Amino acid sequence: MHLAYPAVLSALLFCTGLYGVLARRNAILVLMSVELMLNAVNLNLVAFDVWLSRAAEETLHSGQALTLFTIAIAAAEIGIGLAIVLAVHRNRGTSDIDKLRDTAEGHGPDDSGDSEGPGDPAAPHGPGTDTPATGTAAEKAEATA
Amino acid sequence: MTTTTLAVLVPLLPFLGAAAGLLLGRTAPGFVRPLAVLPPLAALVLAVAVAARQGGGSAVDAVTELTPTGSVPVELALHIDGFAALVAVLVGTVATCVQIYSTGYLRDDPRYASYAALVSLFTSAMFLVVYSGDLMVLLVGWEIMGICSYFLVGHYWETPEARAASLKAFLVTKLGDVPFLIGLLALATEAGSFRITRILGAVAHGSLDHPTLIAVLLLAGVAGKSAQFPLHTWLPDAMAGPTPVSALIHAATMVAAGVYFVARLLPLFEASRAAMVVLAVMAAVTMVGSALAALAQDDIKRVLAYSTIGQLGYLTGALAAGDRGAAVFHLLSHGAFKALLFLAAGVIIHAAGTNSLAAMSRMRGLRDRVPDAYWTTTVALLALAAIPPFSGFFSKESVLGAAEHVATGHTEHAPGAAGWTVLVAGLLTALLTAAYATRLWLLAFRGSGAEAPDHGRQPVVMNAVLWVLALPSLALGGLTFRLLPDWFDGRDLTPTLTTSVLGTGVALVGGIVTYAAWRHTTVLAARTPLGAVAAHPEGDAGLVEAEAIASHKSAYGDVAGAPDPADPGRLLLGPLHRPAAAGFHLDAVYATLFVRPVLAGARLVRFLDREVVDTYVRAAGALPRWLGAAVRRAQTGNLQTYVSALLAGTVVLAVAAVLVATGA
Amino acid sequence: MTLATAAAHMTAAHTAAAHLAAAPTTGAPEPHGFLSPTGVEIAFLLVGLVTFGAAVVTVTTRQLVHAALWLVVALGGLAVEYLLLTAEFIAWVQVLIYVGAVVVLILFGLMLTRAPIGRSPDADSGNRWAALTVAVAAAAALVWVVADAFRTTWIDLDGPASGSTAVTGASLFQNWVLPFEALSVLLLAALVGAIVLSRRAQPDRSLTPTVSDAPRPAPSGAGPADTAGTGEKADNGPDQADSAERSEGANKANKASKDDKADKGDDR
Repeated sequence: MHLAYPAVLSALLFCTGLYGVLARRNAILVLMSVELMLNAVNLNLVAFDVWLSRAAEETLHSGQALTLFTIAIAAAEIGIGLAIVLAVHRNRGTSDIDKLRDTAEGHGPDDSGDSEGPGDPAAPHGPGTDTPATGTAAEKAEATA
Repeated sequence: MTTTTLAVLVPLLPFLGAAAGLLLGRTAPGFVRPLAVLPPLAALVLAVAVAARQGGGSAVDAVTELTPTGSVPVELALHIDGFAALVAVLVGTVATCVQIYSTGYLRDDPRYASYAALVSLFTSAMFLVVYSGDLMVLLVGWEIMGICSYFLVGHYWETPEARAASLKAFLVTKLGDVPFLIGLLALATEAGSFRITRILGAVAHGSLDHPTLIAVLLLAGVAGKSAQFPLHTWLPDAMAGPTPVSALIHAATMVAAGVYFVARLLPLFEASRAAMVVLAVMAAVTMVGSALAALAQDDIKRVLAYSTIGQLGYLTGALAAGDRGAAVFHLLSHGAFKALLFLAAGVIIHAAGTNSLAAMSRMRGLRDRVPDAYWTTTVALLALAAIPPFSGFFSKESVLGAAEHVATGHTEHAPGAAGWTVLVAGLLTALLTAAYATRLWLLAFRGSGAEAPDHGRQPVVMNAVLWVLALPSLALGGLTFRLLPDWFDGRDLTPTLTTSVLGTGVALVGGIVTYAAWRHTTVLAARTPLGAVAAHPEGDAGLVEAEAIASHKSAYGDVAGAPDPADPGRLLLGPLHRPAAAGFHLDAVYATLFVRPVLAGARLVRFLDREVVDTYVRAAGALPRWLGAAVRRAQTGNLQTYVSALLAGTVVLAVAAVLVATGA
Repeated sequence: MTLATAAAHMTAAHTAAAHLAAAPTTGAPEPHGFLSPTGVEIAFLLVGLVTFGAAVVTVTTRQLVHAALWLVVALGGLAVEYLLLTAEFIAWVQVLIYVGAVVVLILFGLMLTRAPIGRSPDADSGNRWAALTVAVAAAAALVWVVADAFRTTWIDLDGPASGSTAVTGASLFQNWVLPFEALSVLLLAALVGAIVLSRRAQPDRSLTPTVSDAPRPAPSGAGPADTAGTGEKADNGPDQADSAERSEGANKANKASKDDKADKGDDR
């Protein structure tokens, strides 16, 4: 089999995942796209390992070993990632990546909810921008009362 | 002490007095008056001693060079001949008198300390100019006098007239000083020295290449400082300063400095016949024009200012005739009686509460209020009108005699045309001088109408000073015209019969005609009430004068003239009255020729600066701001945007690397 | 995939004359042209098309749960590709861990964050066109470079499988045992980290047990029984509000939690 087939498929899968990471709004969808990118890398590793193990006399099967490691790390990553997304969702009431803009100019140091000011014209306002923020604030006030 | 030491102390003492006065003025007010009066007095004593030592003999020369100053050496040099010794005595006398007078005149002035210090500084600078044997050192004194004049004219800087006048005085004299400086440098370059003795030696050897150019350049500075046509316009306006300042600076000493400078370097000017003709024409125009203008002025001090310009015209006329003895002789006597006139005018203004002759002519008995000023003014006016035996007669006749001497071709010092010009203009001016002197006297002291206000007697110091100055006005000429040739060039100063008869005759004619005109017009005075009096007549003389000057324009519609039909000058001058009152509109001409182009140029420059240059500056500021705003907008806080940009850059870099690696 | 094959064909036609020179590097005795594909290659191509298509649908669909399910298809397709590449152990691991564990985790995550059922209009951010540009450019560059570099490289799939369980196990526990053990530590750390992150709200609640435990009226927009999604009462307010907001935005009827669960079941 031509090595170009798996290599090209891997490249296309990687770029598809790349598109998903850059374009998706929901953090969990972004995590799924990351998985796609990781799998593209795995495919590459496996294909090249198969090719090299046939071409060389002695081989460590490093490609397949790394693939296994990648799969394990990806599992850990998805666990941690989901935990983070859940924590963010619990605190902010949203898991939309483009609403987490605390590093932009005009945001205070506080992290109590979505603090996008109405005067920031560059920020796209989702339909639920304000309600979760006030809900979070009310919930926190209740929790500390 | 040697004569040199004495002479060095003469300018040094008032300078130290000025410095001490400025330093102690605020902390120790009690020392201010002694510090103002004593140094000039001591300087006067020393100047008299120097004059006695010098005694009209050979000139005292002393020189020391502090440090090498390049190609043409600048040295601290004294050159005391008879002229310098006597002019220094005059300066010391007038300065001392003025300082004493000022203690009374500016009794309550809050800025008296700085005023007195500036007068002392001026005195010091004037002594420096008189004694200096080095033209650069002379220039230092010359410029210090200019800046002192600026400050003192602007003493009442609260009034816009004083501010404008001080600026005008400074700028106009500076207009002459620039070519003066160029002329000095050219002269020193050609003569190889700034020393007066060396320069005169060079002139005697004929080693100057461009005497006419240098002389004309120097004449510009002289015209500015001595208020000669066409740079005389600052002097009438400078009367916005206190009267003692007018007496010292703008009548007796500083304005004479230009004439004195020409007298010192007269051989240089004689080397150029063109310069002598220019000098003569300048003198003639100045004399006649200023006398006509003096006849039309309403402000008593402006009459005296134009009179000063005219008398300085006599001095330059004498120089144009090549007779510096006559010039300095008239300088001495004029300094005495003109200082007296100004100081007396200060007393009169204080007593009358106004500086307007039209208002004074409607006051009865003003002379009884100020008897000292009345008598001394009479003496000084007679001297001004050159009536024998007052001192002005002798000095003026010596000038006219010198002019006649030249006109009749008895000398090769000056061209005959210059002599004729000076002679004719001098006689005409004598007529006009007598006329305006008479007018001044009649209007000020022979007024009719309401009783003059009584503010009590004038301070004793002021009246005493008037009598001190009245003595030389009365007797200086008659007593010394036989002695002075020993001090000067030795030329005879005795009045000649022809000019004496002619001069005295025209003066009498002028006086009588003016009296007749006054008799004719004085009837009208009662019909047209006129006049405004200072708001605080009980204040000290300086305050009254400041208020009078400030209110003249609002009360009479003009700083110079007044719409008074009872003015004999109006009848005598006829249609000439209006231009004469305005100084023949020379200010308007200057405004058209110089001021407006300069203002237009300034507006153009301002426009270019604001609209053109600033545009670049603003753009230089706006561009980074816009760039910063653009960069700031890129910081959205959206991680996906950042990662997109990062990956796009990575792709571009990778493609570029591949292309480079494959050599594509 | 069409792009890849087009590029591959183009480069193949372009460099047909160079096959003899490039062949020795592959170790194969004869050149293998693209125009004479073997059966394995055809199978690989077809499965690859399915995989890529599923991946594209995963990153473009507006139904979040569908995206997760399409991800299953893509990951399963990849497992088949591993099999075709004779890496059978990897293929089973892929099925077990990815299709079995990761996708289930993701589905739980979607549910826990109250992801809307059905089409959500705002699944893609405003960054979409920039992302598309970057992705297409990256794809073009990568495919160009990879195809150009490996256009003649041949994998000989005959002989014993290079990725059988025996071979992989031997390699893993002979040569890679230390990283393997280190990996276990990483997994432990990830486990602990995930627990810590998930329990962060615990101290707040322990401070005020009475308030949090006391029954209180639920905020507007959701039924009182709608607590299954989060499992934490303190988070009910924002979650429900968010859920209501999103459901309205999706023009879906705002229903009670049982209806939501029914929808999820349908999606599965």
